[in-house]
Amino acid sequence: MATNFQIERGNQGAVRVLALDGYLDAHTAPHFENAIQEEMQGGNLNMVADCGRLTYISSAGLGVFMSFIEEIRDAGGDIKLAAISPKVYQVFEVLGFPALFDILDTVEAAAAKFAEGGRKEF
Amino acid sequence: MPSFEKTFSLKVPSSTENLAMIRDFVSNIGVQVGFNEGEVARLALAVDEACANVIEHAYGLEATHDVTIRAVVDDDTLRFEIIDTGRGFDPGQMQPQEVEELIRQRKSGGLGLRLIRTIMDDVQYRIVPGEKNELRMVKKLKKH
Repeated sequence: MATNFQIERGNQGAVRVLALDGYLDAHTAPHFENAIQEEMQGGNLNMVADCGRLTYISSAGLGVFMSFIEEIRDAGGDIKLAAISPKVYQVFEVLGFPALFDILDTVEAAAAKFAEGGRKEF
Repeated sequence: MPSFEKTFSLKVPSSTENLAMIRDFVSNIGVQVGFNEGEVARLALAVDEACANVIEHAYGLEATHDVTIRAVVDDDTLRFEIIDTGRGFDPGQMQPQEVEELIRQRKSGGLGLRLIRTIMDDVQYRIVPGEKNELRMVKKLKKH
C-alpha cells in the first residue's frame, strides 16, 4: 500500500521547516521520527512543523513530538508548530499541547518566534 | 431491548498499514448514522487508537494475527467492539497521567487511552483468558 504521509524539508531563514502532508498515525509516525532524528544529527535544533497539509494525527504522531521535545530543548532548540487545521488542532487541544508547545498560525510567524527567544516550558 | 440492531464487521491483519482502512470503515458508519464531520473524525480517531494499541501491545507488532472491528447500531447508540486474541491488557488498570509527566518520562503510551475516554461516552474492557480480549466503546446517537 502506498504511503499516505510525506515530509518536505526546507528552510525559513535559519530555521528548519518540516512540512507534514497526509495522515500521521501509528503506521507513518516512524517516518516522522526518522526525519526529526536526522535533523538533530545534522545539528538543526530549531524546527517548525508545518501542519498545513496534515489531514490527520493520532497519538502515535503526537508521541513523536513528545519524545523529542525535551532533548531538543535541553540542547537549546525547539520544535514549534504552525498552520494546524481546526480538525487536527482539536486533537492537540484535548491533550493539552497548546500549553506545552508554541503553536502559530503561519510558518513565517513560527520561524520568527525563534528570533524572539524564549519558549514554552513544562 | 432495542427495537432494531444492525451490525457491521471488518476483520483485518494486525498491521498498522491497515489503520487507514479501519478509519474509513468507521467514518462510513459514522456518516450513515448521522454524525457530523467533526464527530465522525473523532470516532475514527478513537477506533484507530484502540486498534493501534492492539497491534502494538496485544500482538507486539506481529502482523500475522487478526483484529476484528465490529460496529453495532441500535436505537440509541453506536457501539464499537475491538476484538483480538493477543496478550490481555486492561486499560482500566492504567492511571491517567498528565501529558507533561508523560513527556518527562518519554512515554506516549497513555495518550491514546486518554483520547478514547474523552471521545466515547462509555468504555469497557473484557478479557476471556486464552480466548479473546474485547474493548467496547459506546457513543450515544444524536436525537433529531
